[in-house]
Amino acid sequence: MNAPVTRRNAVLGVAVAATSLAAPSILRAQSAGRVVVVGGGFGGAACARALKRADARVQVTLIEPNKTYISCPFSNEVIAGLREIEVQQFGYDRLGAAGITVVAQAATAIDAQKRRVTTGDGTAFGYDRLVLSPGIDFHLEALPGYDEAASETMPHAWKAGAQTLLLRRQLEAMPDGGTVAIAIPANPSRCPPAPYERAGLIAHYLKTKKPRSKVLILDAKDTFSLQRLFEQAWKELYGDMIERVALSQGGRVTAIDAAARTIVTEFGNYTPDVANVIPPQRAGRIAGVAGVADATGWCPIDPVTFESKLVPNVHVIGDACLGGGIPKSASAAITQGKAGAAAIVSLLAGRTPEAPRLTGVCYSTVAPGYSFSLAGNYQPRGDIFAEVEGSATSPVDAPRELRAREADEAERWFQAITADCFG
Amino acid sequence: MAALINVPSKARRGDIIEIRTLTSHIMETGFRHTADGKLVPRDIITSFACRYNGTEIFRADLFPAIAANPYLSFFTVAKDSGKFEFEWIGDNGYSTTASASITVE
Repeated sequence: MNAPVTRRNAVLGVAVAATSLAAPSILRAQSAGRVVVVGGGFGGAACARALKRADARVQVTLIEPNKTYISCPFSNEVIAGLREIEVQQFGYDRLGAAGITVVAQAATAIDAQKRRVTTGDGTAFGYDRLVLSPGIDFHLEALPGYDEAASETMPHAWKAGAQTLLLRRQLEAMPDGGTVAIAIPANPSRCPPAPYERAGLIAHYLKTKKPRSKVLILDAKDTFSLQRLFEQAWKELYGDMIERVALSQGGRVTAIDAAARTIVTEFGNYTPDVANVIPPQRAGRIAGVAGVADATGWCPIDPVTFESKLVPNVHVIGDACLGGGIPKSASAAITQGKAGAAAIVSLLAGRTPEAPRLTGVCYSTVAPGYSFSLAGNYQPRGDIFAEVEGSATSPVDAPRELRAREADEAERWFQAITADCFG
Repeated sequence: MAALINVPSKARRGDIIEIRTLTSHIMETGFRHTADGKLVPRDIITSFACRYNGTEIFRADLFPAIAANPYLSFFTVAKDSGKFEFEWIGDNGYSTTASASITVE
């Protein structure tokens, strides 16, 4: 990189500069550009694939330390014993076969000046455009007393994998008559309806196996996504098993006492038999390293191109970006990944990207054969995405056949999105 | 459930302690209209006070811009064992009280 300037490479430099001035289009034709994607979740995988599909000449590198991706969608079913974790796992072989260079390392440093990403083993990857799809990290300063050690006894299960199985084992080990508490943070957080889906599915497990037990929700919010649908379903299926303490009832969790296995709220302490603590969140670690996260902990972007407002040539997609009206979900990450890829291909070719229309759908399951959905359309408005016409939510008063049909659709949706990204 | 309060049950003399209160109230601003154009009358809490063994240690005036279910937290110095009394007063004759005791060692 820092080779001494000799007469030879000085002359070469001049020659290259002259060529690029004279015939930029010819240079582009030879190499359509290098894009590095950091993070191989739904967003990153969808983006890498879409880049390669849009222009096979683009060199796409996907940096992801895990060799197996474990899907968060449907992991609540694993917690409730309705599904095994193996069907949640996906590899990157098909991405490699599509011509994407998959690097099983963690990105550790980003040099935005030199346009270079460095991985844990010291390898550097140059880029024309960088895509960060790091998902979430936990904002542990916002929840005193909670850390990785605490999560071993009071699991978050908010990143699928060992934590998912730990929470499941704790439920299985709990005696009948116990209380399972779920601590829910304020928005923005990953997959807003998912904590409530989890409450329902845990209630299903308890009703089936430990019917004297209950679920206690400690919530930092007063209202939540799909609230009427959830509350109606809880009542219909589980009676009084699920109790929710909302923000205005003192439900906001302020600290954790891991030694005493106690959850501290603004107005009281709870020591449940099983404590599922979902901490406040922020953009994944590498966003901070790259300097693309702002004081909110999330990443402001141009919603047309997903390019960071803070660092040029770096695009942020998925849970990590400040999306406005678009929720942080797998479906949203996929649609953002694809739209981001289209914008990047345009930018590399010197064209002006078109404003994307994003669509996202998410299913929530309250019991086997009982699901409902939220489908949204989003478009850039100012600095964020705004929900536009055409969004649809399942009706509140609907026959059980509709819930059963949506449960089948949910399963097909999972097959479709995982095939789209990894299959 | 009208009001929630959180006062430490024990403290050492001279400790700075945090007191938290939350009361359920719609805090209707008086600026909104119904679908048929009628003004929704104002209905807010207008004042809050806390007394520690009879002496007022904290007071707040509340206004229409304050959100529903006002949450107030403040600090004081633990001086003597005794009682904290809380009072919320508002429109339409609204009044709620609550109390909590503390042991200071």
